[in-house]
Amino acid sequence: MRQTIAALLAKDLALELRTREAIPAMVLFSVTTYVVFHFGLDRDTIDGDLAAGVLWVTLLFAAILGINRLFVAEHEQGGFDGFLLAPVDRTALFVAKALALFGFLCLVELVAVPAFAVLLLGPSLGQALPGLLVVLLAANAGIAIVGTLVAALAIQTRARDLMVPLLALPMLVPVVLGASRATAPLLGQGGAAALPGDWLSLLGLYDLLFALIAYAVFDFLLED
Amino acid sequence: MPDLTPAVSLRGVGRRYGERLALRDVSLELAVGQTLVVFGPNGAGKTTLLRMLATLLRPHAGELRVLGRELPDDGYAVRARIGFLGHEPLLYRELSGRENLRFHARLHGVDPARVEAVLEAVGMQGRAGDPVAELSRGMVQRLAVARAVLHEPELLLLDEPLANLDPVAVAQVQPLIGAASGRTRIVTSHDPVGGLVGADVVLGLRGSRAQLVARVADVTPAQIAALYA
Repeated sequence: MRQTIAALLAKDLALELRTREAIPAMVLFSVTTYVVFHFGLDRDTIDGDLAAGVLWVTLLFAAILGINRLFVAEHEQGGFDGFLLAPVDRTALFVAKALALFGFLCLVELVAVPAFAVLLLGPSLGQALPGLLVVLLAANAGIAIVGTLVAALAIQTRARDLMVPLLALPMLVPVVLGASRATAPLLGQGGAAALPGDWLSLLGLYDLLFALIAYAVFDFLLED
Repeated sequence: MPDLTPAVSLRGVGRRYGERLALRDVSLELAVGQTLVVFGPNGAGKTTLLRMLATLLRPHAGELRVLGRELPDDGYAVRARIGFLGHEPLLYRELSGRENLRFHARLHGVDPARVEAVLEAVGMQGRAGDPVAELSRGMVQRLAVARAVLHEPELLLLDEPLANLDPVAVAQVQPLIGAASGRTRIVTSHDPVGGLVGADVVLGLRGSRAQLVARVADVTPAQIAALYA
């Protein structure tokens, strides 16, 4: 299965490098939204709960753009049939797509998080960074797993652009909640506090739960 | 003792799309190495039949056996032995022909050297580095042929395989997908003369039903023409 996942990932990376459809759109959306918040909140800086909320809600909406495009090439260019004709484990497609989305989110955050720090964040990002990295990785995993499942469901419908946010946003509320609560103490005005283990555990459990659900149902989503 | 198991066996096979019957009560057997040509007007069920045999669609009625395996339950076991060439080339437009074939080679566990061999066989080595989006339809069809035979399948399922090909390209792909390939083949066609070349058995579909199942020697042009009347 590893070779299949590697082949699918390499193909997705090559397609993104050629088309530049997902990552640039996600980056532009995030940075633009932080600019809008900068003026909309009418505050020079934010911190704590508000900063964590602004950071994660923006990253979530940026992720929706990537989720929307995740299976478009498969759907429009026969990629599903090409994959289904191969003697491979169908779960490989889910794992590869979730890894691709996870990678896209990490790349977007390489730009979006520093932009957030420059445009909005009051406290220094440096002290919060180690803890924030842990939260980013855990939340990205949740968004990637749930997002891939939703994208596979929505791509079979005519109203894909509507279905993705309608399905993904409610399902990702626990991820945003856990990520925001875990991030808030890191962005406090008095300096970064310790990473709250309970919210991080919630994120980890949610990731695991949806990974198991996806493993159980993904094959059925590919059936005719 | 020779293996007398049919390559393909259908008994009362049917398929619906919602309430609409796309194929009903189709029965036939095809021996290993034989070619079945399927005629029928648009919407008669030719593509549905091929997609069921390729494990892409589930039959809703009847029994379907391919290469000795029951479908859809044993689909995994036969996929590596089937080459499918449908109306869509199953190639990513932004990737080059070579990148597409390497991707499929990895999915099928095929040696990458085979990619260059099939590219040469279909006469596409010179344009193999160009994105598929920049190629003519005939060139894309040649790449699709290369994809379908990349893993050297025993059974070829070919939906109007020569569409968009010029005479030179037709000659190039014949050793791969023609009767000379020695493979068991199921080919759809609208050409009552050319379609019969190299065929052993004829299936005529009309109104989603099998109107004609016969050996080529027993079929008259009038019988094929009647399918389209």
